[in-house]
Amino acid sequence: MSVLAPDRRRTRTRIVPTIVLLLGALYTLIPIIWVISASTKTSGELFTTFSFLPGTGFIDNIIDLSTFNNGQYWLWGLNSLIYAGGGALISTLVSASAGYALARFQFRGRALIFTILLAGVLLPQITLAIPQYFLMTNLGLANTYWSVLLPSIINPFGIYLACIYAQGSVPEETIEAARIDGASEFRVFRSLALPMMLPGLVTVFMLQFIGIWNNFLLPFIMLSDESMFPLTTGLYLLLNRGTGTPVLYTLAITGALISIIPLVAMMLFLQRYWRLDLLSGSLKG
Amino acid sequence: MSSLTQGPPEALVTNPTSERQDTVRERKRRGSIRPTLAPWAFLAPAIVLFVLFLVIPIGYAIYLSFVGLRVDGGAFGKRTQVFVGFENYVSYLTNPEFIASFGRLALFGFIAVPLTLGLALLFALLLDLPGVKATRFARTAIFLPYAVPGVIATLLWGFMYLPTTSPFNYALNAIGLPDFDFLSSNSIYGSLANIAIWAAVGFNMIILYTALRSIPAEIYEAAKLDGAPEWRIAWHIKIPLLAPALLLTLLFSLIGTLQAYGEPMTLRTLSSSISYSFFPLMKIYRDAFGTDDVSGAAAASVVMALGTLLISILLLRVLQRRTFDNAR
Repeated sequence: MSVLAPDRRRTRTRIVPTIVLLLGALYTLIPIIWVISASTKTSGELFTTFSFLPGTGFIDNIIDLSTFNNGQYWLWGLNSLIYAGGGALISTLVSASAGYALARFQFRGRALIFTILLAGVLLPQITLAIPQYFLMTNLGLANTYWSVLLPSIINPFGIYLACIYAQGSVPEETIEAARIDGASEFRVFRSLALPMMLPGLVTVFMLQFIGIWNNFLLPFIMLSDESMFPLTTGLYLLLNRGTGTPVLYTLAITGALISIIPLVAMMLFLQRYWRLDLLSGSLKG
Repeated sequence: MSSLTQGPPEALVTNPTSERQDTVRERKRRGSIRPTLAPWAFLAPAIVLFVLFLVIPIGYAIYLSFVGLRVDGGAFGKRTQVFVGFENYVSYLTNPEFIASFGRLALFGFIAVPLTLGLALLFALLLDLPGVKATRFARTAIFLPYAVPGVIATLLWGFMYLPTTSPFNYALNAIGLPDFDFLSSNSIYGSLANIAIWAAVGFNMIILYTALRSIPAEIYEAAKLDGAPEWRIAWHIKIPLLAPALLLTLLFSLIGTLQAYGEPMTLRTLSSSISYSFFPLMKIYRDAFGTDDVSGAAAASVVMALGTLLISILLLRVLQRRTFDNAR
């Protein structure tokens, strides 16, 4: 495009569009800047000093947060990691295997499975949460780690993405060659298809990890034992109790800041491996 | 690239007999018997989980929505579960509280959805414009809220709305203006919508931006050589080509709106303007766990799921038709 652009108008910096974009960035960064400065304040300073001025209580806030209910906050963090990390990992494997089967095998019932899967993509996971709770209760699994972990594993959209990615990145001929060499179907999948699908699977993993990490309703419904809460429901609990005890507000704010650091870091770090074009391209037609 | 329109139909067109013949022919060609079990083995974990956590809960919800508790035999009668037909549906759909919660949701959606998509489109077009600086920084910053859970986002904005900790009111006071109540019963819709917009604009921007990048540049080279200004290229060429991606983001936004739950629940802890049955899902949750109207909640869940499915199918139909038209 730039090769075909001899006139200088095109390369000149466009001031107004740049400013508009920077305003957009400012809008999204304001709450982040706010939480960084608010977490440095003591609960007295929180209500009295200007929001964006730093306070003097950052270290004390961290200590208070860490010692709150014998380190309950860090337990919530660990729980979030278990739900999101474990759930996303298993979910990605299940999606990869199912997506590969749909992409690279011709078999009876393939079309039917695809249609049912698509209906699953469109169905809001969240309206399922209440019936899922009744099911978990009947299985005696409500208020266990499994009640949050198991429903998070099945992800029709992940299967769909994995299928598209397998179609694009695993050549039919390679599979054929391996089969002729006598490799078992499982070996073909594990040693050939899976590595080829890896970049796409990173995206599936990330989407699922963030989805589970950010989920509120499912753990909120399934769990009654606070020690099994992930960060989202834990911080909601702090905020809910804060109405009576404003000291908890400072804890909730500091806790909120710490809870977004790993996710933001992961997002920034893995940015180059993301294949979001897959996401839009897949449904663009 | 494969697509929604390519995947399933391609498979649907193949009729069973030709498929069988193909398999036979392929078997002969390869001189080995293709395992027909393998694809099912690969699919098994997904199918088991799908049935357990999607099909069975839906089936159970549908069952629950058609039964109710009846008391027979006078004052000391037994409570038994009986089939009541559409009674739960009728009573729920005519429940003023449920209707009101939908009204509130609609008001919230009318503010949040167009603004989210409008801003996402604006930012995507600006990112695609030659000569714009700081695009990498702006793109990352605007996408950043995607990594912030809705509950945390609400916590952050909630404190910025709270009169005692609001930087906005501090700024207003500094220039001699009175406080603005972000949490009053009127402004609560705008305040909630703002959180939704903040959280979703970046994700939608990225979808639209990647769709824009996949449009070959030659398509607007001619217009550029003719000296058409960028805004005309955007309006007459880029936006029409973005239509399928825009429909997709609209679909995501509508589904997201229907599912609004964590954000209003969290903001409720800071504001008395939000009741326990503010949005439909909050009312459903309350009925299922608070007032023990499980059948009613199940009926409402089924209605919500069907509604979402209907919207999705409708939008995807439009999407497919458009794609076909473009192809022709």
